[in-house]
Amino acid sequence: MPAPIRLRELIRTIRTARTQAEEREMIQKECAAIRSSFREEDNTYRCRNVAKLLYMHMLGYPAHFGQLECLKLIASQKFTDKRIGYLGAMLLLDERQDVHLLMTNCIKNDLNHSTQYVQGLALCTLGCMGSSEMCRDLAGEVEKLLKTSNSYLRKKAALCAVHVIRKVPELMEMFLPATKNLLSEKNHGVLHTSVVLLTEMCERSPDMLAHFRKLVPQLVRILKNLIMSGYSPEHDVSGISDPFLQVRILRLLRILGKGDDDSSEAMNDILAQVATNTETSKNVGNAILYETVLTIMDIKSESGLRVLAINILGRFLLNNDKNIRYVALTSLLKTVQTDHNAVQRHRSTIVDCLKDLDVSIKRRAMELSFALVNGNNIRGMMKELLYFLDSCDPEFKADCASGVFLAAEKYAPSKRWHIDTIMRVLTTAGSYVRDDSVPNLIQLITNSVEMHAYTVQRLYKALLDDISQQPLVQVASWCIGEYGDLLVSGQCEEEEPIQVTEDEVLDVLEGLLVSNLSTPVTRGYALTAIMKLSTRFTSVNRIKKVVSIYGSSIDVELQQRAVEYNALFKKYDHMRPALLERMPIMEKTASNGPTEIVQTNGETEPSVVEAKHPPPVTQPTNQANDLLDLLGGNDVVPVIQNTVSTKPASAGGELLDLLGDLSLSGGTSPAPAPSVPTSQPSFFLDGLTSQPLFNDIAAAGIPPMTAYNKNGLKIDFTFERANPNPNIAVITIHASNSTEADMTDFVFQAAVPKTFQLQLLSPSSNVVPALNQGTVTQVIRVLNPQKQQLRMRIKLTYTHKGSAVQDLAEVNNFPPQSWQ
Amino acid sequence: MRFLLLFSRQGKLRLQKWFTSMSDREKKKIIRDMTTMVLARQARSCNFLQWKDLKIIYKRYASLYFCLAVESQENELLALEIIHRYVELLDKYFGNVCELDIIFNFEKAYFILDEFLMGGEIQETSKQIVNRSIEASDMLQEVRFTDSPCVRREAGF
Repeated sequence: MPAPIRLRELIRTIRTARTQAEEREMIQKECAAIRSSFREEDNTYRCRNVAKLLYMHMLGYPAHFGQLECLKLIASQKFTDKRIGYLGAMLLLDERQDVHLLMTNCIKNDLNHSTQYVQGLALCTLGCMGSSEMCRDLAGEVEKLLKTSNSYLRKKAALCAVHVIRKVPELMEMFLPATKNLLSEKNHGVLHTSVVLLTEMCERSPDMLAHFRKLVPQLVRILKNLIMSGYSPEHDVSGISDPFLQVRILRLLRILGKGDDDSSEAMNDILAQVATNTETSKNVGNAILYETVLTIMDIKSESGLRVLAINILGRFLLNNDKNIRYVALTSLLKTVQTDHNAVQRHRSTIVDCLKDLDVSIKRRAMELSFALVNGNNIRGMMKELLYFLDSCDPEFKADCASGVFLAAEKYAPSKRWHIDTIMRVLTTAGSYVRDDSVPNLIQLITNSVEMHAYTVQRLYKALLDDISQQPLVQVASWCIGEYGDLLVSGQCEEEEPIQVTEDEVLDVLEGLLVSNLSTPVTRGYALTAIMKLSTRFTSVNRIKKVVSIYGSSIDVELQQRAVEYNALFKKYDHMRPALLERMPIMEKTASNGPTEIVQTNGETEPSVVEAKHPPPVTQPTNQANDLLDLLGGNDVVPVIQNTVSTKPASAGGELLDLLGDLSLSGGTSPAPAPSVPTSQPSFFLDGLTSQPLFNDIAAAGIPPMTAYNKNGLKIDFTFERANPNPNIAVITIHASNSTEADMTDFVFQAAVPKTFQLQLLSPSSNVVPALNQGTVTQVIRVLNPQKQQLRMRIKLTYTHKGSAVQDLAEVNNFPPQSWQ
Repeated sequence: MRFLLLFSRQGKLRLQKWFTSMSDREKKKIIRDMTTMVLARQARSCNFLQWKDLKIIYKRYASLYFCLAVESQENELLALEIIHRYVELLDKYFGNVCELDIIFNFEKAYFILDEFLMGGEIQETSKQIVNRSIEASDMLQEVRFTDSPCVRREAGF
């Protein structure tokens, strides 16, 4: 059999392949040859074959059949064989292959070899890919070598020990004695790897950390020598002596000094020295300064030193080198919380970085800019940030827009400024704004009552320009629906009022309905807005026509709305003005910028203009527009109300909104003027989540009951009288879980006899937390016109400890007051 | 350090060193991700990228990209120096190293790397000591190379 081709020859041949297929063919041929050579147990050329296999492996071809051959090479006496064998082991064999354990014995022997380079190979392989089992077996050998006087071996043993500790942390203790005089070495290689070993031990064990704190003076001395000593050809990099070691020592000092006053004080001087004396013209000097800054910020350094550190970062920001600017921005971001004022001094430089061409730098600068915004600099900062928003890449726009909203909400100097800022964001980055910021904006606009005319005018103008940005369009249509009367009245205090006719406004809104650019959600907004204008405009016929057209729309959502609005026109026209009245001020809960639609919970935080908000009493009074009633066809007598209670704060512009505030203009009170709304009761509607609309009233004093209590799941019913309509009982179920595991995918279903009607609203959640840490609530409305005894069958399904549970139960113990 | 990759401008892998254990599939995916990300970078951008929870430092030397992945607490500026030191070591060994040297002598590139780094950490900070170790090891090889660089490229197994 001819000698297998040489490695370099093979490489040359493969490189001549012109296509992937040609290369694959060559590789396959060679692999076949190599396989047969392996089968023949050819010692002479094994090394060559494995080397070729490694080359092919790098090209991406499978090479697992060479694993055992690597082991044979490692076991060989020839150094060339061992070298390739160990390389192959590191590339092909890792701890996932069972075969790898066969290496252990060879490595053990080689660790005790007479030639240090063979020992080195073994240490290197163990230190790179040794599995936990191998590490356990060979840790003793490594520990022995850690104590040798041969610096070549000692440095490798130290790093091998690091690997052993990473793999098998329990073995850390056994290396402790050997670390005793590691730092007294003169050899930089050993010093460096020793510092790495000490760092690893300190990071893993607080005891070790405490133990090694006593090394701080020694480390400080070594560092000082490095800085003060003259030129050392062996370790010099651009005039700095062994920067790798310096950085590593600084890192260890950081860990030792953190949280410890004494150690921090011991290193204060040297840190100041490094910070002021290091040459900054090249990257290597800046690398050391960077590490120094990180150390200063992490330990308990005195304030002068901290200011020095931040100033270094400030200087970094002005450096021409992009990498250094990037690193500075990242570090400043970390320190901005703790050293806010110091970082503020560099604000203008940071803002300049927004204009940098580099994407990574821009992103960091943007994050940092937002962190620096406060009440004093909001106007200036916002100008820069809005300019940035205009011109930045799309990948930034969403985050930037959210950041702007958040900052504006926290620090807006005036309402007008706030609205202008929002407008600016919507018009420049309107399509990148997060969907849930739409309701937040609407809430904000509602609350700025004196700005309504101005806002609607600006939004209208924006719509004339561009209807492609959905969030903008949605907010604009909502506002036009609400404040369209202000728009056509031509009054606006803040700026030059525009002359708009009702028809023009309706043109715009109808345009949204038909445009291809509008999403279904937007169309919903537009339709609702048109409907609202029927009470604010005079051209009702046109509106009636539009609404009736959409009664046959393919879009189910639109169709439903149109049909309901039609119904309003036809059968319930007397209720229309009340229904479509101006929205009340919405309560704000958490102002965290873009958040989910929040439900208010009855906290009456007085906002800008208000009528009195009486305490959340809950005599539910008018139900004039109870959806249930509408469907049930009961005639309702509107009652004058004067209470307020919780309001659903969703401004999603859905049906919910429309009927969200019901006032009762029964006989006496005229339709409220479209300015300050009087307090309204809120209303319960389909689709509303489990917000209990009326606080638990003991209006009728119906006692709660336990409907179900089995296997740790308890379901209580509480009752409310929703209205003077005695036919409707509102039951709230409270599900709690006393077991130790959560009940997930919890679904509650109920059925009632035929004479009743049941309406089940959405539950608060479908996870019942363990150990009674919380309850799931859900509201049931039962219509019982025949006043029969209430009975119910319930079905519960949930997942508990991995298995699905299902149960049926009858509930017969309803208190008589609930249905009489 | 988590891994070190060398690849050409066309995305062909020239060297791969993994400092943690990973499956072949994961390695292939990382190689694909790195080459795509790094090759897409503009000419004068900074040398740092964020990828998952790691910092990626890359630098181009002639036709080769050197790509290093480090953990978040490590010093990126120093990582650039590490890459540069490795290039210097290669350069000293091969004499004006070029991509072809690394292609045809990949095993030597690994040997040099293994004298400089181990387990993701630097084992020797002196250039001379690393070079001397490599030369001494080369002398031990039963199949020897002469000192001439061109012969170094051609001879061997």
